[in-house]
Amino acid sequence: MNLESLLLMRSEIGLIIIILLLIIFEIFSNKKQKAAIIPFALILLAINTIIGFFPLQTGEIFGGMFRTNTLLHFFKTTLSLGVLILLLQSADWLKEKVVAENKATEFIILILSSLLGANFMISSGDFLMFYIGLELTTLPVAALVAYEASKRKSAEGAVKYILSSALASGTALFGISLLYATTGTLYFDTMATVLTSSHLAILGFIFFFSGLAFKISLVPFHFWTADVYEGAPINVASYLSVISKGAAVVILMILLFTVFKPLMPAWTKVIYIVTIATMFTGNLFALRQQNMKRFLAYSSIAQAGFILLGLLSVDQLGTATVIYFVAIYIFSNLGAFGVVQAISSATNKENMDDYEGLYRTNPKLSLVMMLALFSLAGIPPLAGFFGKFFLYAAAASKGYWVMVFIAVVNATISLYYYLLVIRAMFLRKGENPIPYFKSGNYMRLGLLIAVIGILVIGLYSPIYEYIYSFSNVFFN
Amino acid sequence: MIAGINIYEILTLTSILFFIGLYGFFTRENLITVLLSIELILNASALNFVLINTYLYPDLLQGAIFTIFIIALAAAETALAIAIIINLYKLIYSVEVKDTETMKY
Repeated sequence: MNLESLLLMRSEIGLIIIILLLIIFEIFSNKKQKAAIIPFALILLAINTIIGFFPLQTGEIFGGMFRTNTLLHFFKTTLSLGVLILLLQSADWLKEKVVAENKATEFIILILSSLLGANFMISSGDFLMFYIGLELTTLPVAALVAYEASKRKSAEGAVKYILSSALASGTALFGISLLYATTGTLYFDTMATVLTSSHLAILGFIFFFSGLAFKISLVPFHFWTADVYEGAPINVASYLSVISKGAAVVILMILLFTVFKPLMPAWTKVIYIVTIATMFTGNLFALRQQNMKRFLAYSSIAQAGFILLGLLSVDQLGTATVIYFVAIYIFSNLGAFGVVQAISSATNKENMDDYEGLYRTNPKLSLVMMLALFSLAGIPPLAGFFGKFFLYAAAASKGYWVMVFIAVVNATISLYYYLLVIRAMFLRKGENPIPYFKSGNYMRLGLLIAVIGILVIGLYSPIYEYIYSFSNVFFN
Repeated sequence: MIAGINIYEILTLTSILFFIGLYGFFTRENLITVLLSIELILNASALNFVLINTYLYPDLLQGAIFTIFIIALAAAETALAIAIIINLYKLIYSVEVKDTETMKY
């Protein structure tokens, strides 16, 4: 191993440097300069994201504990872009409310640490690295949920989040220890060759899967989701639903397709049941929500159910569709949460009723919200349609016709509640609609990038072909 | 290796510990004791790793190293959880589970 091979960790090293620079800035800046932390952090993260677009060769370091390839690198860049949009959307909120309390640097550093953990988690090559990455993804977010320390809901949500995620990682650990007992190794590559379908291995897999299912908020491990999203600041809820869920989905997919491949007959049944339960529960509970954050929480549970469809097809097609759908989901959800954030920071209103007549007063925001919700519902020609279409195609290619039928039924249910919001914005007049307000420039830029993502990923087909071209890395 | 005790007894013990922790997590009414239950779960896993390592695969130290990391990360997790619970206590002067139910369904 020479120093050059450390460049395989380019995006992680970049993030560590950014975090250190932010800490130094925080120490050596006086009170007047504190507000400059926001553009400073945004520029640094933008540079890191742009560097991420350059290709990186495949390889592994630290004896196989850290590995990277085109697929992982592409996904890390997507996550980084997602965090950039998220920070752009929260910049105005930070500038107005948080800089005065002198807490803006903490917010950015915690978000970036969690992103660093997500990067390490998806490119881990053994269970130790995976566990450390998982904890590094979770713990900073738990602190962020409690960020509005004077609000009761924030504190309650944080308690629920930290306790359930600690239970989840404990359960996952117990599962890993049972897998270690059956195979005698912790490395993914070695374990894939020696794992056999014994009872102990299946028990270990079930424990491990339930631990990870907490992070993706699959039914029946979803109870924390709505409460935490409602209590947390909106951008933290957005982070939880987008970045931390996306990273967990990808590592779950990699583990199922490589390490747990010998257990495939067992885990397809588990995924089958969990997918149906997740889609129905998420959709049916979303129908009765009035608070926009809870509404988006249940909608994100339902979307996680759709993502699992792609896991049923264990081949290049399945990998490509899952990565493609998660990328689309990141942009669509960031668009929706961005609008909720803009309205909430301008007027403190978060209920669906408050959105009545929004189109008359704030047409641009309503259009962004409409695009994001249509993309989540899967209406052509937006990106979400193609994402869902390819997921159905992946599941159907393995003969899961009943499953595809159930998914289409659920997509119809979800269309109903997404249209409820759109009806409130466009058709209802409302007694006292939200007055016209102007969002800051950062927020506009964040929403613009999200909308461009929704439109471009859907209409520009070479992106899917590009993802498909490197999706065979785990099958050779 | 402990003379006279085989791996089945050890795994039974750690499994019992794990499920006591799980039971406590769901039934306890005080947030601090819920946290204690989680510690039981984490320690059951840590014990599992170190004992499986000694009994079954003594030539490599993978499990023992893992245990060291579990202890460190469990401490970090507990510290954060305690901080969050203290923050809740400052707001509502209670650490009972039944007082954290303003958000439901």
